[in-house]
Amino acid sequence: MSARRLTLAACAFSLAAISTPALAQGAVPERFRWLTFVVFGAIIALTMYVTYVAAKRVKTASDFYVAGGGVSGLQNGWAIAGDYLSAASFLGIAGLISLYGYDGFMYSVGWLVAYITVLLVIAEPCRNIGKYTLSDILAYRNNPKATRTVGAISTITVSTFYLTAQMVGGGVLVKTLIGIDYEISVMVVGILMLGYVLFGGMVATTWVQIIKAILLVTASILLVMFTWTPYGFSLPGYLSAVVGDAKVQAQVAMLLGDAAKNMTPEQLGQRFLEPGLYLKNPIDQISLGMALVLGTAGMPHILMRFFTVPTAQAARKSVIWAMAIIGGFYVLTLFLGTGAAMNVGAATIRGVDPGGNMAGPLLAQWIGGGPESMLGNLFLAFVAAVAFATIVAVVAGLVLAAASAMAHDLYVGVIREDHVTPQEQVRAARIATVIVGAMAITIGILAKGQNVAHLVALAFAVASSANLPCVLLTLFWKRCNTGGIVLGMIVGTLAAIGLVLISPNLTYPLAVKAAQEKIVAAETAKLAKFNADLAAATAPAPAPAADAAATAPVPEKPAMPAVDTSRLKADIAKSEKAKAAAEAKIKEIGSDRTSIVGLEKPAFELRNPGLISIPLGFLAVIIGSLLYRDKRAEDMWDELYVRQNTGLLLAKPVAH
Amino acid sequence: MVDASQVDWKAIDSRPEFQELHRKKMGFLWGLMIFSMVYYFLLPIGAGYFPDLYKVRVWGPVNVGILFALSQFVVAWGLAFYYAKRASTVFDPMAAAIVADAEKAMGAKK
Repeated sequence: MSARRLTLAACAFSLAAISTPALAQGAVPERFRWLTFVVFGAIIALTMYVTYVAAKRVKTASDFYVAGGGVSGLQNGWAIAGDYLSAASFLGIAGLISLYGYDGFMYSVGWLVAYITVLLVIAEPCRNIGKYTLSDILAYRNNPKATRTVGAISTITVSTFYLTAQMVGGGVLVKTLIGIDYEISVMVVGILMLGYVLFGGMVATTWVQIIKAILLVTASILLVMFTWTPYGFSLPGYLSAVVGDAKVQAQVAMLLGDAAKNMTPEQLGQRFLEPGLYLKNPIDQISLGMALVLGTAGMPHILMRFFTVPTAQAARKSVIWAMAIIGGFYVLTLFLGTGAAMNVGAATIRGVDPGGNMAGPLLAQWIGGGPESMLGNLFLAFVAAVAFATIVAVVAGLVLAAASAMAHDLYVGVIREDHVTPQEQVRAARIATVIVGAMAITIGILAKGQNVAHLVALAFAVASSANLPCVLLTLFWKRCNTGGIVLGMIVGTLAAIGLVLISPNLTYPLAVKAAQEKIVAAETAKLAKFNADLAAATAPAPAPAADAAATAPVPEKPAMPAVDTSRLKADIAKSEKAKAAAEAKIKEIGSDRTSIVGLEKPAFELRNPGLISIPLGFLAVIIGSLLYRDKRAEDMWDELYVRQNTGLLLAKPVAH
Repeated sequence: MVDASQVDWKAIDSRPEFQELHRKKMGFLWGLMIFSMVYYFLLPIGAGYFPDLYKVRVWGPVNVGILFALSQFVVAWGLAFYYAKRASTVFDPMAAAIVADAEKAMGAKK
């Protein structure tokens, strides 16, 4: 029970972080590993070629940051999907569904609904107003230096949180799949990404994201076809098979514990399709939902994609395409997850990775014929390569967003006050890319073994509490000004980070200790029983009555067959190992009593701060604006408002 | 390329055509936005507080909860499509007319 709680805590609310794998040697058997390298090599070669071609087209800062604004709506739609569908969604949600059924699927909905906000109030106005970065929008009618500084800091903060989760997740993923060392995996991901961005800028990044999205969607459709075909593409027919599966029923029984005792197998199976196996706190769910549906629209790397298209119409079209692709993909995850639950089984999935992240790849392996077959491992290799491409593509988008904030906003905008030559701009962009890339690799390696699960939630929390209120209000509220932007950015960011720091996301030594002590106690009790049984089993044939009275507690049993003692011995060994592991953990904690911020237990009960921090962010922008007088912000309102609605003067030279 | 400072933004903003675009667009956008938020948050709220409703089976093992979750996708796509249609048939032509007028005015000034 407590082990399950720990697993839940480890993967809770963030799917990007991939929990520590149980099998160090990887999911792909040693003798089939070359297959994986062949598929990986092919995909890397393809993306390298694209980068080589793109590098010739990247000459100006505009080429580097936004592909010269020449991406079409359809291309951008695929690129947004490629930028957005991280390993978290691809592996994490399928994994959650495979372990917890309905709740995992419900979780996926918010990721699509988020794009309604992007479509209605963000994409088109931002295209009409901005140039390269989120801060361009904030600086339009506000004090450029002040708003660029806070905007850049927030962009770098959000991107770094997300980046760290991706790097750690990527390192663990590659290690879990093919057994390459964590550090090497992180470096390979980092260097590849750096290669794409440094040489090919946004042009290469866009194409890497498009290629990745196409591969991901193709792989998912194929897996679902194979999974669903035997049931004639009937939804009730397929789900009947899922709920009737013994492995699914066993998983539900395990999750429900004592509550499952009076349930029939049919009820257990059906329970898999009902809510409540994973998500226990509706308030936390609503809080997470708020961060998702408002945070996506405040993600700098997503916003940046709208500067790559020429017009507001193209921006709109790209969101429509992105929604079709992303939504379609999440519907497919229902089948990927339930298919893995039924065909592979939750026990096997958890055996490879406790967070369930290997559900999709294992399903691919099963479809191809299982772990011992050539085809199965070819499929697994393909899905693994797609997952790898996924991480590289998402990381490239994040690095570009952080680098543009550093070079375009901080260096060119604030330090040089826009007095730079075009050559200097491109050089600044490339240097910033190297800095951010090196930082990503370093943080990725330093964060080895850390629970980075809360970092994705944190990225969304900051984006929804700081970035979104500022962008939305400067675009739609006349009174908004520099004071509001600066205060909103600071309050939104600090509230989101502060609330997470005192939330249950962090490790609380006392709670961990209590949980481990419980394990020790349980194992000690078990050991006592096993040892007693063993003693009884190995005791010489029933002793004379006088002796029996002296050793009263030993139950009088006939000598057991040898098979049973060996099983008992195995049980004892297992218990001793579990006990030793728990004791080691207690020792590791030592005299620590508090989390890294000095709390013995969480002071804020929600894992997701959005419910509190988002209203706080909006409130700060409003109060800051009302308390501050800013002539420029007022004077520029007409210009901003007309431009964001009409696209007047956008990129298109007006005929004289 | 015309510089932003050469355009009389205030004049464009106060034109009745622009005011009409503003009114139509804002009402439509925020209406859709509120509808989509309400519809989305019904899902976690329902799952948290009315789980028995979600368990009602309607089509073999397919229950209300699954249909409701699937309907979220359909509704999101429907809203997106509806917005795109409205934007391209109503808002785009209105904006294009305003832009054309403004460009003509700028040309006349030269």
